Amino acid sequence: MNLLLEIGAEEIPDWMLPGALQYLGGAMSELFKQHQLGGEKIRTDATPRRLVVRAEGIAARQMDSEERVWGPAKSAPEAAVAGFAKKQGIAVEALEVLSDGKAEKYSYVRRISGRASAEILAEALPAIVLKTPFPKTMYWREKNVRFIRPIRWIVGLLDGQVIPFDIAGIPSGNESSGHRKLGASRFEVTYENYEAKLRENFVILSAEERKERIRAVPTKYVCDNELLDTLVNLTEWPTPITGTFDQSFLDLPKEVLSTVMRHHQKYFSVETEDGNLAPTFVAVTNTDGDPDGLIQHGNERVLRARFNDARFFWDADQKKSLEDRVYDLANVTFQAKLGSYLDKTQRMDELALTLLLYVGSGGLPIGEEALKQAKVRYVFEQSSLEYQTVRASRLSKADLTTELVKEFTELQGVVGGLYARAQGESEEVAIAIYDHYKPVSMEDSIPRSLSGQIVSIADKLDTLRGCFRVGLIPSGSKDPFALRRAAQGIVKIAVEARLRIPFQTLLEGNKQLEEFFADRIRHYFREIRGFGYDEVAAVLAAGWDNLVDIEERLEAVRAVRPTADFEPLAASFKRIRNILRQAEFGGLGDALNEKLLETGPETELYEAFHATRVACRLLPDHRSRLERIAMLRPKVDIFFDRILVNAPDPAVRQNRLVLLHSMLAEFSTIADFSEIVTSSQETTK
Amino acid sequence: MPTVSTFQEIVFKLKQYWSDRGCIIQEPFDTEVGAGTMCPETFLRVLGPKPYRTAYVQPSRRPADGRYGDNPNRLYKHMQLQVILKPTPADVIEQYMGSLEAIGIDLRKHDLKLEEDNWESPTLGAWGVGWQVMLDGLEITQFTYFQQCGGIDLELVPAEITYGLERLTAFLQGVDSVYDIEWTKGVKYRDVRYADELQYSVYNFEVADVPTLWKLFEIHEGEAHRLLGLYKDAADKKRFPLLAAYDHVLKCSHLFNTLDARGAISVTERVGVIGRVRKNAVAVAEAWVDQQNAAVSVAKEAA
Repeated sequence: MNLLLEIGAEEIPDWMLPGALQYLGGAMSELFKQHQLGGEKIRTDATPRRLVVRAEGIAARQMDSEERVWGPAKSAPEAAVAGFAKKQGIAVEALEVLSDGKAEKYSYVRRISGRASAEILAEALPAIVLKTPFPKTMYWREKNVRFIRPIRWIVGLLDGQVIPFDIAGIPSGNESSGHRKLGASRFEVTYENYEAKLRENFVILSAEERKERIRAVPTKYVCDNELLDTLVNLTEWPTPITGTFDQSFLDLPKEVLSTVMRHHQKYFSVETEDGNLAPTFVAVTNTDGDPDGLIQHGNERVLRARFNDARFFWDADQKKSLEDRVYDLANVTFQAKLGSYLDKTQRMDELALTLLLYVGSGGLPIGEEALKQAKVRYVFEQSSLEYQTVRASRLSKADLTTELVKEFTELQGVVGGLYARAQGESEEVAIAIYDHYKPVSMEDSIPRSLSGQIVSIADKLDTLRGCFRVGLIPSGSKDPFALRRAAQGIVKIAVEARLRIPFQTLLEGNKQLEEFFADRIRHYFREIRGFGYDEVAAVLAAGWDNLVDIEERLEAVRAVRPTADFEPLAASFKRIRNILRQAEFGGLGDALNEKLLETGPETELYEAFHATRVACRLLPDHRSRLERIAMLRPKVDIFFDRILVNAPDPAVRQNRLVLLHSMLAEFSTIADFSEIVTSSQETTK
Repeated sequence: MPTVSTFQEIVFKLKQYWSDRGCIIQEPFDTEVGAGTMCPETFLRVLGPKPYRTAYVQPSRRPADGRYGDNPNRLYKHMQLQVILKPTPADVIEQYMGSLEAIGIDLRKHDLKLEEDNWESPTLGAWGVGWQVMLDGLEITQFTYFQQCGGIDLELVPAEITYGLERLTAFLQGVDSVYDIEWTKGVKYRDVRYADELQYSVYNFEVADVPTLWKLFEIHEGEAHRLLGLYKDAADKKRFPLLAAYDHVLKCSHLFNTLDARGAISVTERVGVIGRVRKNAVAVAEAWVDQQNAAVSVAKEAA
């Protein structure tokens, strides 16, 4: 049998449709499985006004089944036995005496006839529908009946028969509803003619087909998949139209015009062949066309008003420079406990200078003198990197006080950059301000210039340090200050721009923040860059101060890992670590006594270790060092084969532990090999 | 082409339309409000179990939106047509669409979309879910299913339909500036309203005396608070002047908006001041529900 379920509701928010369908498909499949109803080809579809599930191959009823029912004990009085039989509706003679494993009891086998599928569906569907996990639900009749918007009709058909149930007072039936204006408000449907009937009533059920209709517009617009999906889920009969706006608006920055069109009006923008904006847009209507041009005219009028607003804000904002706006930031709270944006900017300026010095020193500590010189350059040399970076940092938040950003908050930073350029700041400063919120996601690019990268890191690092200092720490899904994104952004910038900044040093010794940051580093290298779980663990265990260094060490481990000696050596290092742990070896302060070394494997290992150490210092990169270390493997193997670390003489024993410990310490600066999961371990697991 | 309605004709038609659907046609409330929602006709009437239907024009004052009469789309004071249908009829959207047809919009020739837009007023402890109604890309109406008001879950969920009358009229008349709207034959919106826009912008942004406004705020807050304190022990609840207490809450709300436009409230203070207004608004709502219940039980005893 086939099933058609359509929940007709008032307009469901577009972005919630995919999630709702995913849930409904899963819940129906679960229901069929749980009650053994068969059910195949489950299809889910949605438009703003309906959620639809269709399925085929549903059994008319469940298979019959049996169940043994236990009654009173064999010793029970006759009346009790008779009572049990009567209650079960069978004759006493039909009972049999059996052991249930503990005692002899009266019992019988009850036959349960399978229930009709329609009955099961009628019982289960209301709860399934109402449990759809929408982000923000409402009630409209009873307080305990919640859905995303009021349900107005329900189609529930099993092989042409109405499945009898109701939700929130709406009985299921066989009548659907068409497009609000172009279709009939009520018409009968069957499983077979459902899509065709909807189409007659100006509803295209398939999201894919609606997408095709939008794509079919002859104007070549800038394709924006997110906007396309929004429009697909906002319309039942989408028809794209093309409109134009006055050339003179093209004087406004492209960013502002695109934002108005895209975010505020849900229009696609159109570009000329040389990549500039054309004075044209594509709007998607929920109609069958615009023969009189009324819709086009209306949309053009709205866009004109919006652009006029933007121009009004732009002109008004120019009356006060970014420089003069910096002090207005004293009235814009960053966070109650962390002060104003002026406070934040001042912390960022200081931090930006420090970061810049670290980049210059390759991550080495900065002296007082270097800091002083940098400050001098910042003050006196406008062409210096210090000046440009700190200047950009200082002006970076000033656009928060502009009308344009108040109106188009998503353009923060971008507007600052545009204003900086318009007000005669250098191109470097303008670009750094423009980019400093980047990357806004892991797919986004990092700031283009070093100054932009530094300001971006300074901004995010300041937010992280401040929030952790006052206890605003993300937990579970709660991350109101988007700290995960901030930390992730820092990692991406430092790695991709190869900035050797010692981050651990910059986290102010806050253990929670260190763990949080390390976690983001792990996430980045594992999920975004695809390094192995154990590789990341091994490399981070050897220190994670410098992200560029982490990347280099990871690449070295990845390159050397397939070589024959590497994993066995890793296993040996693990063994060394265990031995040291079991021996509770403190290690510190004990020098190796060469005289106590036994000739043969022990001395040979020592000499090989010594030679490797010297060689490693001369080698140019992590990879060749790792390869050199891996060559120790035969000596290590022989050592463990022949030498008893736990020697009877305590002095000898101690000396061997010192040897092992020295090796472990010396060769764990690239990666802690004992973290590497070796293939032998994997097979035993 | 049918003759295009003037501003006041559109108002008449909408009032007639909702009157025909059982609404009490109220006149504007006489204390400054930022939105029709804040009027007692909405804020208090949506509470409790009594069905209610009303429609009224409410001039709504938003000091920060003033633009000295220079901006063609933004106004210090704009006119809302507010409709409350409590409880919500099942065909509420069809009824709403009918109202657009009634003022001459042929919806078969236009593009109407309902886009998610939830509404929340921290000052009133109220929120709801709904849509902004887009007509050919223009937001013409805010449609909300109230869920809570004054922090109280509503017994009968009302639909609130708020039309932006200037936008709607500008759309119908095909003018780019609200000031060019024909209010009635031969009279432009500019002729009627420009002076308000200019003078109140000057007052709100330049001239309003901040210490005086704060003083007024505190006086109104104090009076609302005093009244609410007396309600608890009032012998005859039915005659207690809660409506007067609510007037003072509304005064606070408007003074807050003016101070805000004047730049006198830092972002840090903002939340705190809103909280002060909300506290009294919520207290009025709670007392109002109690007063209605008291009235019902008195009536029952009498019967």
